[in-house]
Amino acid sequence: MKKLSARRRHPLAAVVVLLFALAATGGLYAAFAPADKAQAVETSQSLAIEEGKKLYTVGCASCHGTGGQGTSDGPTLVGVGSAAVDFQVATGRMPAQQPGAQVPKKKAIYSQAEIDQLAAYIASLGAGPITPTEKQYSPEGADIGKGGDLFRTNCAQCHNFTGKGGALTNGKYAPTLEGVSAKHIYEAMQTGPQNMPSFPDGVLPEKEKQDVIAYIEAMNDPDKSSSPGGLSLGGLGPVSEGLFAWVFGLGALIAAAVWVAAHTAKAKKS
Amino acid sequence: MSSQDIPEENLPQEQGAAHGAAGHGSTAVAQRADDNPFADPGLPAHKPRIQDIDERAAKRSERAVALMFTLSMLATVGFIACFVIFPVDKLVYIWPFGRVSALNFSLGLTLGAALFFIGAGAVHWARTLMSDQEIAAERHPIEAAPEVKAQVMADWAAGNEESGFGRRKLVRNTMFGAMALVPLAGVVLLRDLGPLPEKKLRTTLWAKGKQLINMNTMEPLRPEDITVGSLVFAMPEGLGYDDHEFQKEIAKAALMIVRIRPDDIKDKRELEWSHEGIVAFSKICTHVGCPISLYEQQTHHVLCPCHQSTFDLADGARVIFGPAGHALPQLRIGVNTEGNLEALGDFAEPVGPSFWERG
Repeated sequence: MKKLSARRRHPLAAVVVLLFALAATGGLYAAFAPADKAQAVETSQSLAIEEGKKLYTVGCASCHGTGGQGTSDGPTLVGVGSAAVDFQVATGRMPAQQPGAQVPKKKAIYSQAEIDQLAAYIASLGAGPITPTEKQYSPEGADIGKGGDLFRTNCAQCHNFTGKGGALTNGKYAPTLEGVSAKHIYEAMQTGPQNMPSFPDGVLPEKEKQDVIAYIEAMNDPDKSSSPGGLSLGGLGPVSEGLFAWVFGLGALIAAAVWVAAHTAKAKKS
Repeated sequence: MSSQDIPEENLPQEQGAAHGAAGHGSTAVAQRADDNPFADPGLPAHKPRIQDIDERAAKRSERAVALMFTLSMLATVGFIACFVIFPVDKLVYIWPFGRVSALNFSLGLTLGAALFFIGAGAVHWARTLMSDQEIAAERHPIEAAPEVKAQVMADWAAGNEESGFGRRKLVRNTMFGAMALVPLAGVVLLRDLGPLPEKKLRTTLWAKGKQLINMNTMEPLRPEDITVGSLVFAMPEGLGYDDHEFQKEIAKAALMIVRIRPDDIKDKRELEWSHEGIVAFSKICTHVGCPISLYEQQTHHVLCPCHQSTFDLADGARVIFGPAGHALPQLRIGVNTEGNLEALGDFAEPVGPSFWERG
């Protein structure tokens, strides 16, 4: 130690101390810095956002603006969240084919991987509903009866008691819920696509949403529910049923009456 | 179509006279009948059916009618058998109806056949076997003969004289009074049809300080639960689904809650009565009282499914289309000390269908 303290005024002493300090700082950083794995996630997340941005610029920016700020042709996407992107793009509603009262469901254009990238980019623009996990939307073990009550309170006014959909104003309509996946029903309730109001968790919590999904699935499952009368005529209610009765029921009676009157019972036909 | 061989008594008077005259060679009258393009040609000559001529054909028809009535009997027996055989929940696939209840389908089919064959048998019987001779029954004048009229008038006068109806005016007038008052008893009894509505149609369960309860979760609603574009229905604190009066009370108190950006609200009073853009409107249509909640979140329009009345929730729930005569009543809301939404009073006007212009 004597030697060391004797050389403390050596011209190179400051350089040696600086090297020690740097080594200590570097070592401590290496020991306490976030793990490599987290770094990898971060890069893959930012990569998804990067890729999503590229897809967005090609497919969506013409209506929704270059930064998702919206234009006269499309609303802003800041704060709509990844759930809205997943619903709109995976059901084929977006990209829209043409402007109109309502954008219809069609075949999805993007693959699920691309949709996830787009969703990551839109989610990065502002906080919004996050794409639900299977645990959230799976109707496994949910209460179908309670779901029916909730469906009739919140959904049936537009989507009809049997989920077959119905007309709204000026060409808008509530689509049928037949064949819609549990995930997309959950996302629609969460985000309120187009003119549908949303049912956020404060209004309709996750468990209640699962009940509603369980009811819709039970309704569309021919093994779980069936109409004892058969021939449900679209399940649209009095319009199609009345039309059928008036056209075919009354029509058959009139045809029978005309047939009876047109065939004379006389021996000599005149 | 000759009417020469039709019996005179079957023809309308004028037609008969014209033809009768023509038959006797009076050209002037015949001329008039031929000129009239609307002359009644009368009934055509009766033509026989095969069954009228051929007894074997008649027998065949008889057997056909009997067969139809027998089929009807068998169908009724089948109906009872199906009722016994099929369980209520058995489903079968039948083209083109799809999966139907075996019980419903078989009952409908057999009862339909039973009724159809009674009708078909009756029609076939009437067409082939019953007499098909057409008969015209002449109308007779409804005026009574002069002597009958005179007799009635004489009887009336004699009755008046004998009873003193015209002479003893006190008796006559008190009798009129008694007869006029008696129906009032029946009118008064109508009051017993039910209780008077009193003020029930003008008030609801909502009152100052009552919390808004989410009908999905039965928890009090908080302002942060309700986002722009969301829709939720609320009922007043203290009301439960199992309450005896639940249906009666919710029919008036049902509430629809949405949030609109305060800048988008055009009506000044609506904004004042809202809580930071959270507005609460009656869910009962002001036309005939249907529950109305087809809410379009982008246009803020609410559509009634019954008669398409449309209300603009961003403009005081003004009627913009349809037969409704009044805007939807708005409930004034605020936040209580616990941070829950509460009513600041009852609706300012009666909810539901406009009655007596809401005197």
